[in-house]
Amino acid sequence: MLGLSSDIWTSVRLTIELAAVTTLILLVVGTPVAWWLARSKAHWKEAVAAVVALPLVLPPTVLGFYLLIVLGPNGPGGALASLWGARTLAFTFEGLVIGSVIYSLPFVVQPIRNAFEAVGERPLEVAATLRATPWRAFWSVAVPLARPGFLTGAVLGFAHTVGEFGVVLMIGGNVPGETKVLSVAIYDFVETLRWREANILSLGMVIFAFAVILSMTLIEKRMRKVRQ
Amino acid sequence: MTAPGDIEAEFSGTLGAFRLDASFTAPGSGITALFGPSGCGKTSVLRCIAGLTRLAGRCSVAGAVWQDEGRFLPPHRRPVGYVFQEASLFPHLSVRGNLLYAHRGKVPTGSDAPISFDDVIELLGLASLIPRAPQHLSGGERQRVAIGRALLSQPRLLLMDEPLSALDLATREEILPFLERLHETLAIPVFYVTHEIGEVERLADHLVFMQAGRVVAAGPLTELQSDIGLPLAFSRDAAVSLPATAGDYDPAYGLLKVEVDGASLLVPGRSHPAGTRLRLRIRAADVSLTTAPPGPTSILNVLPAVIAEERPLGETEKVVVLRLGVSGQGSRVLARITRRSWDALGLAVGTKIHAQIKSAALAWG
Repeated sequence: MLGLSSDIWTSVRLTIELAAVTTLILLVVGTPVAWWLARSKAHWKEAVAAVVALPLVLPPTVLGFYLLIVLGPNGPGGALASLWGARTLAFTFEGLVIGSVIYSLPFVVQPIRNAFEAVGERPLEVAATLRATPWRAFWSVAVPLARPGFLTGAVLGFAHTVGEFGVVLMIGGNVPGETKVLSVAIYDFVETLRWREANILSLGMVIFAFAVILSMTLIEKRMRKVRQ
Repeated sequence: MTAPGDIEAEFSGTLGAFRLDASFTAPGSGITALFGPSGCGKTSVLRCIAGLTRLAGRCSVAGAVWQDEGRFLPPHRRPVGYVFQEASLFPHLSVRGNLLYAHRGKVPTGSDAPISFDDVIELLGLASLIPRAPQHLSGGERQRVAIGRALLSQPRLLLMDEPLSALDLATREEILPFLERLHETLAIPVFYVTHEIGEVERLADHLVFMQAGRVVAAGPLTELQSDIGLPLAFSRDAAVSLPATAGDYDPAYGLLKVEVDGASLLVPGRSHPAGTRLRLRIRAADVSLTTAPPGPTSILNVLPAVIAEERPLGETEKVVVLRLGVSGQGSRVLARITRRSWDALGLAVGTKIHAQIKSAALAWG
């Protein structure tokens, strides 16, 4: 297709796979974190929020460096990997997923937290006076009302994982079919002076990024209209 | 002291800078108004009863203990219905979804659901609203749905927190008749928070009067209205709300005869089947006193009464408590007269007088 070599398509598939798995895990992990940040009255919760937000500010190389240590043969990641006979989690797809989850966490937690905060106390109080357990109130009231936040979080998490480069390079390297995602592939093509491929992939990413941002804006606009 | 069906509430603690120390007992039927100026702690008491706010204390409803030392039922395990100031409908559910939220979307049937879906729809006039989205309802319609939603949760106690205060005057007048019908039809007790004495006069049977986080007085409405130890009797529009029974109707003049304890009066209005329970509001400022039965007068209601109590109101006026009937055995009614008239007529506690009440000034509720 398009005269592109099969390793490009492998990279595309791998990138989508990584972003999808990461987004799924982020929603599962990020939702309780966002809920706690939105509802807790603990005065140290902003410290937790700051830790979650760290990847926004840190150079990806710093994050990648620590992840390399943690995932490597002498870290807990290595110990975990030894359970199935591997030496390390670094330079594996699983390692990339772990890194991406941490790296993209603020992009998912922040919109969901904002959405939960916007829902406010009242609808949950109403649900409680209508005999809903906290569990049912969460699923039948808080989650549906915070839906725009979930959508924004999922799209941002997905897109940000697709666009990740520094962390991947540090902990994933360049293993085709395992860790060689699109951003790394582009870098690779440029290094090896394959400008045509680099061009096609880069343009593809530009179109993808544009589509993501435009569709998010449109979705938010529509949701706001429905609300009113 | 307390009957088995009674509701006991007792809460104390601080909420921010506010100190609440409220304790009262209310009967297990009828509407109990929690009345007092804004910021006196009425809403906090209601929230404590629902379990939405946690303060130290005790709360029991018809023998079931909801809160006590070492016991605190979470809100979702308390059989209350709560109507908030703003309707607070769930925007992601239709009116039907909102109404049936407590039953997970299914129309309740059987013995655990004594309040039926159809009855609530009928009582609150919701039929045409059911398929609609809350966003497309008017303020009054939303509040009616919120009341219906609370009722359908099959509460043992209905809590209403200023349900009319967020509405404009016209919408209030549209909702009040629904609340009056609720009062006549439903057996469950209602706690109604308000700072509008007009709503108390129209709806309440029982009154809990609060000031600065404390309960100043609690008792049957008419007793507290005419208690000259309380500030109610001294307000500009002080009134008593008397239970009344409809009698004959004179269609030629549009006047209805009603019986209250110790007197019968003519009131402008429409015909009611004889024996209908009504509520008559008599304002203190509309009652004048005379020692001799008057000659021809335009005032239709001249009622024999006895002066029971009096208390000065400022420099020039007096608040007088009358008991209707020749020997003063009937209802307590308030009159406000000038001190000059009091002296000129030589009035004193125990004096037999005639109370004159203009029919045109009488109002229902």
